[in-house]
Amino acid sequence: MSTLAIDKAGPTRKVKLSSMSRDRTWALRWSYFFLVLFAIFFLTPPAYMLITSLKSSAEISAATNPWWVFHPTLSNYVELLTSNQFLRFFWNSSMISIIVVIVTMLISIPAAFALARMKFWGSATLATGVFLTYLVPDSLLFIPLFKMLAVIQEFTGVTLLNRWYVLVFIYPTLTVPFCTWIMIGYFASIPKELDEAAIIDGASWLQTLTRIFIPVALPGLIAATIFAFTVSWAQFLYPLVFTTSIDQLVLPVGITTTLIKGDVFNWGQIMTGALLGAAPPLVIYAFLMDYYIAGLTAGATKG
Amino acid sequence: MADVTLRKVVKLYDDVEAVRGIDLDISDHEFIVLVGPSGCGKSTTLRMIAGLEDITDGDIMIGGDVVNDVPPKDRDIAMVFQNYALYPHMTVAENMSFGLRLKHYPKAEINARVTEAARLLDITDLINRKPKQLSGGQRQRVAMGRAIVRNPKVFLFDEPLSNLDAKLRVQMRIEIKKVHQKVRTTTVYVTHDQVEAMTLADRVVVMNKGRIEQIGTPNELYHKPATRFVAGFIGSPAMNFIPCRLEDVAGTVQIRLTDRIAFPLPPARAARYNALPRSEKLLLGIRPEHLTEWHAHLEPGVETFDTVLDVTEPMGMETLVYFGLDGTPVCGRVDPNAGAADGAPMRLAMDLNNMHLLNDETGVVL
Repeated sequence: MSTLAIDKAGPTRKVKLSSMSRDRTWALRWSYFFLVLFAIFFLTPPAYMLITSLKSSAEISAATNPWWVFHPTLSNYVELLTSNQFLRFFWNSSMISIIVVIVTMLISIPAAFALARMKFWGSATLATGVFLTYLVPDSLLFIPLFKMLAVIQEFTGVTLLNRWYVLVFIYPTLTVPFCTWIMIGYFASIPKELDEAAIIDGASWLQTLTRIFIPVALPGLIAATIFAFTVSWAQFLYPLVFTTSIDQLVLPVGITTTLIKGDVFNWGQIMTGALLGAAPPLVIYAFLMDYYIAGLTAGATKG
Repeated sequence: MADVTLRKVVKLYDDVEAVRGIDLDISDHEFIVLVGPSGCGKSTTLRMIAGLEDITDGDIMIGGDVVNDVPPKDRDIAMVFQNYALYPHMTVAENMSFGLRLKHYPKAEINARVTEAARLLDITDLINRKPKQLSGGQRQRVAMGRAIVRNPKVFLFDEPLSNLDAKLRVQMRIEIKKVHQKVRTTTVYVTHDQVEAMTLADRVVVMNKGRIEQIGTPNELYHKPATRFVAGFIGSPAMNFIPCRLEDVAGTVQIRLTDRIAFPLPPARAARYNALPRSEKLLLGIRPEHLTEWHAHLEPGVETFDTVLDVTEPMGMETLVYFGLDGTPVCGRVDPNAGAADGAPMRLAMDLNNMHLLNDETGVVL
């Protein structure tokens, strides 16, 4: 997304051009200029985090150059990775994110398929409705949701509040609408003749979905998966509200509640925890990137 | 293999009548082409036979069974789409075998059928490629292969050659004809190209505005069109329609085209046209190939007249000449050596033995 925007920034400048290649050269130069600017802007904070994470508390509070490590130490990493608490946060976050991704996909894919392909009464309105629910911010939803869960807990006796697994039910309210919306777009771009061919070949709706639509729309599916995972992994407000005991916390909330004691900030460990927490989405993104880019629909039909 | 029958089939889209009650009997092994301009209902008819569209009224029978409410997969048909509709993530072999795999055919039989179809279509070398690695013509062959391996009762083709360039289209047309000669499956083929219709079909169904205008062999349609629409649609360049009327002159019946030009009815047609009312507004239908250059020894029924050419189009083996008769544009086909030139006067011969007379209002060929 961002690179696209930057690419466009180049040619909009009025430069006197004599030929196509000159035009391209200038577009490239501008692209690089903005890309470098962009990279500096966004990579400075992680770089600063990395530097800080390698310092001892004493060095952090000392009045030395904050952009340089004079006595590098891995003590922050060792302490966090050997602390049961931190590993527990990591485990909770992983479980929640993985389950949420699975639940989201199980709901979004069939929903998107139905909304994109089966023209039933109100399907268009429903598709818009799905998107509208995504526009409701979580800061508006968390109080009613809390109240709902409290009532359910009261009536059924099932403990829901202050349990990490309650988040598995809540996160899909954020992920399902958006993922469904993405998948509707991808499914709608698949030529109608493809499912007609499948139907004539004898495929049921379910077989058309699993054997044609899902493989063909794999880039979209991966985009949706990455989105669902990132949203679940980085979610802060809901776990802050719904979980309080240390052993039920997820990574973002865990780091801020256990490493900030009153007005004492353990900066070294906070930065280390944040860096370690940012690693899984990065790794997943790197692995799925190839699929993400590959256009699998090429060659299905003419053009 | 089976016959296909349509009985009073109607298709309504909301309030728009796409197909207005058509009857059609397609016999076993027959190659039927539905042809007509855009929006004539030919594709809708095909899709109703396939089961991709519900029919509003009437009956469709395949092999004697009414299939109105039978889902497409149980109709035992195969369809080839205009844009090929190949599964992009599957190889050629997987594309072709998809239907058989869904029906859990034994592996050995699937392989045998795919190999046989690939050989028939000359795509054996491509069997492990993905669709995006194929050219348009190759993709179309794979799409046909996917239909052939299923060995269905009926093949349905929905404008399969429209996406190919002109040269490839001619080549694939011949391929399709060859394949049909080998597999002999009942085929319904939709096209808007009348040349494709004429060259492929055992019988052509000309459709217009949701109705069947005429059903016949290519030759019947060409020589004995039933309506002005068919007469004008079949043949290229199209048939000329010249306003005319009949008049009695000294005991013979004359056909008057302009104040200057009138010809006696040819002996072959006199009996047929004699009884027509003289006041009626008629159209003379004459194909360009029956308007040729004048020469000394003309058969009876061939009449000459002088005109001034507007435009000439040398085609190599012939030259098309365009001129006006009382404001009606007319096209003729003359020998390239006949001396036709833009703006030049020319003496032409009209072969009235091949003329048609049409009612100007109803468009019916008389």
